[in-house]
Amino acid sequence: MFEQDKKISLRQWFKDGEAFIWLNAAAVSVSVVAVIGLLLLLAVRGFGHFWPADIMQADYQLPNSAAIRVIGEVVESEQVPVEQIRGAGFAIAGNQPFVKRSLIKQGNRDVTGLDFAWVLNDYLSNISYPETLMAVERYEWGNFYGYLTGLKQAGEPVAQADDKTLWQDFEQRIQRAAGLHEQIKQIEKSDIGKVNYQLERLRLQERGLELNRSLSASKRAQQKSDIALERAALDSHYQVLQAQLLALYEQVNRDSFTAETMGGEQVEIPLAHVVHAYQPNAMNVIDKSWAYALKFWEFLTDEPREANTEGGIFPAIFGTIMMVLLMSVMVTPFGVIAAVYLREYAKQGPLTRTVRIAVNNLAGVPSIVYGVFGLGFFIYFIGAELDQIFFQNALPAPTFGTPGLLWASLTLALLTLPVVIVSTEEGLSRIPKALREGSLALGATKAETLWRVVLPMASPAMMTGLILAVARAAGEVAPLMLVGVVKLAPSLPLDANYPYLHLDQKFMHLGFHIFDVGFQSPNVEAARPLVYATALLLVVIIALLNFSAVALRNHLREKYKSLEM
Amino acid sequence: MKAQALSLDKMGRTHREMSLANEETSLEVNDLNLFYEGGKQALYDINLTIPKQRVTAFIGPSGCGKSTLLRCFNRMNDLVDGCQINGEIKLDGHNIYDRVVDVASLRRRIGMVFQKPNPFPKSIYENVAYGLRIQGINKARVLDEVVEKSLRQAALWDEVKDRLHDSALGMSGGQQQRLVIARTIAVEPEVLLLDEPASALDPISTLKIEELINELKSKYTIVIVTHNMQQAARVSDYTAFLYMGKLIEYDTTDTLFTNPSKKQTEDYITGRYG
Repeated sequence: MFEQDKKISLRQWFKDGEAFIWLNAAAVSVSVVAVIGLLLLLAVRGFGHFWPADIMQADYQLPNSAAIRVIGEVVESEQVPVEQIRGAGFAIAGNQPFVKRSLIKQGNRDVTGLDFAWVLNDYLSNISYPETLMAVERYEWGNFYGYLTGLKQAGEPVAQADDKTLWQDFEQRIQRAAGLHEQIKQIEKSDIGKVNYQLERLRLQERGLELNRSLSASKRAQQKSDIALERAALDSHYQVLQAQLLALYEQVNRDSFTAETMGGEQVEIPLAHVVHAYQPNAMNVIDKSWAYALKFWEFLTDEPREANTEGGIFPAIFGTIMMVLLMSVMVTPFGVIAAVYLREYAKQGPLTRTVRIAVNNLAGVPSIVYGVFGLGFFIYFIGAELDQIFFQNALPAPTFGTPGLLWASLTLALLTLPVVIVSTEEGLSRIPKALREGSLALGATKAETLWRVVLPMASPAMMTGLILAVARAAGEVAPLMLVGVVKLAPSLPLDANYPYLHLDQKFMHLGFHIFDVGFQSPNVEAARPLVYATALLLVVIIALLNFSAVALRNHLREKYKSLEM
Repeated sequence: MKAQALSLDKMGRTHREMSLANEETSLEVNDLNLFYEGGKQALYDINLTIPKQRVTAFIGPSGCGKSTLLRCFNRMNDLVDGCQINGEIKLDGHNIYDRVVDVASLRRRIGMVFQKPNPFPKSIYENVAYGLRIQGINKARVLDEVVEKSLRQAALWDEVKDRLHDSALGMSGGQQQRLVIARTIAVEPEVLLLDEPASALDPISTLKIEELINELKSKYTIVIVTHNMQQAARVSDYTAFLYMGKLIEYDTTDTLFTNPSKKQTEDYITGRYG
């Protein structure tokens, strides 16, 4: 009886659609939880990295071996089966099933050879967090952890470990070195870069003279001497800059500091190698927050160091945005024009239908195929032709016949073209017939109607297409590896040298940066938090690009909201 | 029907002796046949003349071809795939289906207002100026003048003069329809085609449109399609009754409604079918 009742009510439950509502709600909840979970994971794993962690000091004595001192940040702790540890050759007493072990970031790669070490927590003793322990971020060899023992100026000791002002002095000298570094960078990147750029231009001019057979001998000699004069001027300017640079290098290399490592060795490190130095155990929360903000800002705005595992990711952010913008500029007009022809002018028949199906299917082609196509067609065919015609002076070095920003943007434009075409067509088909007739009845031609009424009204649909295109393009990595993205680009594709936007240059990209740092870097353990942080940043940038496009679309929708027809 | 004929006079319509024979011709339809895709015939051997500066109404049951015939006058049927038209329609003696005719300039001479208000999603001002801008007239002074004149003619100026640059989509349905009429007369057509202009509107808006038609007929030749017989009787001078794609009877409105010569016409206007 009871069974029967239940059966009927269950059937009723399904019949009412209650079950379906629950199913829908569950699907939505799972999606929301998945997205939020992903973002949280990225944020926690990635952004924790910039927090100045406390540095632990402890004695570590394994059975049957000498005690050593360990200094470092505790990165993570985990429980492992004791069997596994025994299998690794450690004689562990007792019969507990698990032991706890921690990963210590001990830094000092130049001294110890390894950044990270596992320690068994059971054998740690005298754990302390001395305030004088310092962490030094360096341009080379990763972090240094240890005690500051003295400062040297031009090889002569100027301060000792027991000086009260040692730390202040140290910080001042770091500031000075940083200022000098800034000057060096300015000269190297900007001034010498400009000279090199002009020298290269002269070289191309000279080569052009040689290739130009129609020029008379006297004229050629004249122009050659002009070039030689200019080059001499540039060379002397270069010499001046070089001398300045040498002087700066001498100054920056003046100071160094000595420090004691965890093994008790004294090492001397030039201050020129120091990025930051801090004593995290002596810092309170506010100091740490400030340091955190600084490091995060540096992450956003600096260039990468040490094979991308340290420093910032600014060139990758810049490259990603630049490429997406260029792609948008290329794909939107092209896609819209194609869609207008397909929907407005082409005779609707089997042929048009076939074309439409083909376009839709293009969206399903794996992106790496586009990459190969881009490499084969754009770079090796069109690019090489362009070089033959316009950049003969530079040959055999290719200008456009090599992967670069232009080709990457074009390849992605091709990849996202179907999306734009499909959504524009959809938008065009939704414009009420009455509006077109209204315009035609006033004596407008079809083209005028299209330009003045139909296309503006279809613009929100075009934006929808663009939003989808941007979302797809910004996250694409595979084709880019073939057509222009590199691990480390020496300069940004946008600078102060004419023609300012260098479409032929290679560039960095966040997606590829994640791949490179996470899987190709020499120091995977150290770079892992950066992978998370970069991934989150990529998501944020795509979201920002999308939000701005969505805002623009909503504005257009409001403006062209059609009648209820 | 008598009562209606009386009410016509009460509306203040000038009553005079009318006859097609005495009128100047604006449009002349000769042996017009129209086929839609697949050979389906929609109009059969239509012959009629539309008098100048009069209001001519087409009435008939749904699907009788009255809108189709109206759309022949400004070649709107060209937009329908597979639509084929035989015969001729003459505007001032020239066949509008001649090869040399430029459809855009024809439509400028023969304006059309549709069943549902279809203002463009632009400002009120830009809606009225649209036809002029198409013709390449962009001088602010000229446009201002024409916009004001057209809106005044459409009896809309006083209602919208303070919000000319607001979106036209914020207006009421009746205002929108009058805006569409203003937009149409801004390009100074000779003929106004009205395709059930008041069928989507409330009674008060309908009344305003009808008053407007009465005022406009001194300047324009007006052809109106309506399924509302009272409306036809109120606003038109001549009425044509179409049934199943054929022109059954065409006469002065008074004659057609009070003394129809065909049995089908009488059946329709007395409500026996339709």
